[in-house]
Amino acid sequence: MPAIEVRQASKRYGPVRALDGVSLTIESGEFFGLLGPNGAGKTTLISLLAGLARADGGSLCVMGYDVVRDYRCARRALGVVPQELVFDPFFTVRETLRIQSGYFGMRNNHAWIDEIIERLDLTEKADANMRSLSGGMKRRVLVAQALVHRPPVIILDEPTAGVDVELRQGLWKFIRELNGAGHTIVLTTHYLEEAEALCGRIAMLKHGRIVALDETANLLKGFSGVRIRVRLEPDDLPAQLVHYHAGDEGALRLLQVQDYAQVEEVLAAIRQAGVRVLELEILQADLEDVFVQVMRAQ
Amino acid sequence: MGGFYTLLYKELLRFWKVSFQTIAAPILTALLYLLIFSHALESRAEIYPGVSYQAFLVPGLAMMSLLQNAFANSSSSLIQSKITGNLVFVLLTPLSPLEMFLAYSLAAVVRGLTVGLGVLLVTMLLTDVPVQHPVWAVAFAVLGGGILGAMGVIAGIWADKFDQLAAFQNFVIIPLTFLAGVFYSVHSLPELWQRASHLNPFFYMVDGFRYGFFGAGDVPPWVSLGVVAGCMLGLTALSLRLLATGYKLRH
Repeated sequence: MPAIEVRQASKRYGPVRALDGVSLTIESGEFFGLLGPNGAGKTTLISLLAGLARADGGSLCVMGYDVVRDYRCARRALGVVPQELVFDPFFTVRETLRIQSGYFGMRNNHAWIDEIIERLDLTEKADANMRSLSGGMKRRVLVAQALVHRPPVIILDEPTAGVDVELRQGLWKFIRELNGAGHTIVLTTHYLEEAEALCGRIAMLKHGRIVALDETANLLKGFSGVRIRVRLEPDDLPAQLVHYHAGDEGALRLLQVQDYAQVEEVLAAIRQAGVRVLELEILQADLEDVFVQVMRAQ
Repeated sequence: MGGFYTLLYKELLRFWKVSFQTIAAPILTALLYLLIFSHALESRAEIYPGVSYQAFLVPGLAMMSLLQNAFANSSSSLIQSKITGNLVFVLLTPLSPLEMFLAYSLAAVVRGLTVGLGVLLVTMLLTDVPVQHPVWAVAFAVLGGGILGAMGVIAGIWADKFDQLAAFQNFVIIPLTFLAGVFYSVHSLPELWQRASHLNPFFYMVDGFRYGFFGAGDVPPWVSLGVVAGCMLGLTALSLRLLATGYKLRH
């Protein structure tokens, strides 16, 4: 059974089409990335899955439960880490987690709550009021709240925005372990290197539509091209190379070629022009290139 | 029902943690009303035979405090959660509209009853007030708290900003409570205003509650009970409808 199944989901906010007929299946146990620029519809899709918004058309299921008809089962199956750093200022960390657990009907959940407090490095702050926590600590509590009812599907909406490196690494270690234990993870992030390192499959959204959907490896493979970063003396690009020119980074010239065979052509052209090479770097395509290419193509 | 109990517990804990502001302060306010009004108006004739003006004032003040605090509880909890965004933690859960409504309203009833009882205990130290029909008094206290709790749920869902909620409180709740015969018997009003008072549902809550103490009221208690129960049903239905459709909560 798929963890998430979205069929022709659409949602409008006034004149804006936030989602425009999105269909998507995420299998159980996947680590799935949802990428796209701001306003692409990522958070809208998450809101529809979580029941925070209602779709205008189409259907959405979590672990086989329709998010409207079987909303109770669907919400039990889903843990969401919201993008906004929200908290209830009346309570301590432990109270917050016990209350959240209680909402799901799990009132004797203390052992698991203690475990997630420990795993997310919140032990020292467990009895501190939420107001007194730093931003990074509050983010950890948000993650803990999403996990408190042990949902099989976990959605993280930009969980590492504004989070320091140490927490980010600790968080990903924990999330990877959860994924290893069978939890389905759906991640949205602006850090593309994170998505590249973590996600087995990726969907890219733009203007409420899916514009690319494939395994991360295939997306990278399918992106044709190698980039050369080079510093020359004199600085001017030889005439034969102008059509490869893809931009500059300070004194460095960026050249875009189709494949490694063309790298040889570029080097030959440089030699023929009698230009000296001061620096040279050959760059593999990364997810950012794929992202930029896909977004431009649309 | 586990989720319901937790939400109720959270709502109770929320006001209990700031009880100085949510319980002690309104009791003090009611006490000030009693001292000032009873002193200023002590020369007034008895409203019911053998009942001093000060004694007459006590149940009305207790009910007024109960109603205003019940409203404040559910409405402020919802608007704060909406504005700070932490309502999402409730909206993400399997809680049904009925469970949410009951938890918010019951917590409002508990806060209202706590404040109302506090006002009664403190003011009864100062003046003798009979309690002739306690069952009627309790029935009207619970229903009044429930009605204002439900109104708080509706206002908390409807308001987008604190000043909209304050407007609801200042232009609806406070006038209706002050004009409900807390400080006077509506029989002392001119005919037109007597009729107008009978259109105010808060009048029936106060009058029915007062009947529980003095065994006398401006209208028979069954009439008041009918009006109050009808309001409770109507507001419950409206609250459940808003929660079920996700009005202003789920886009």
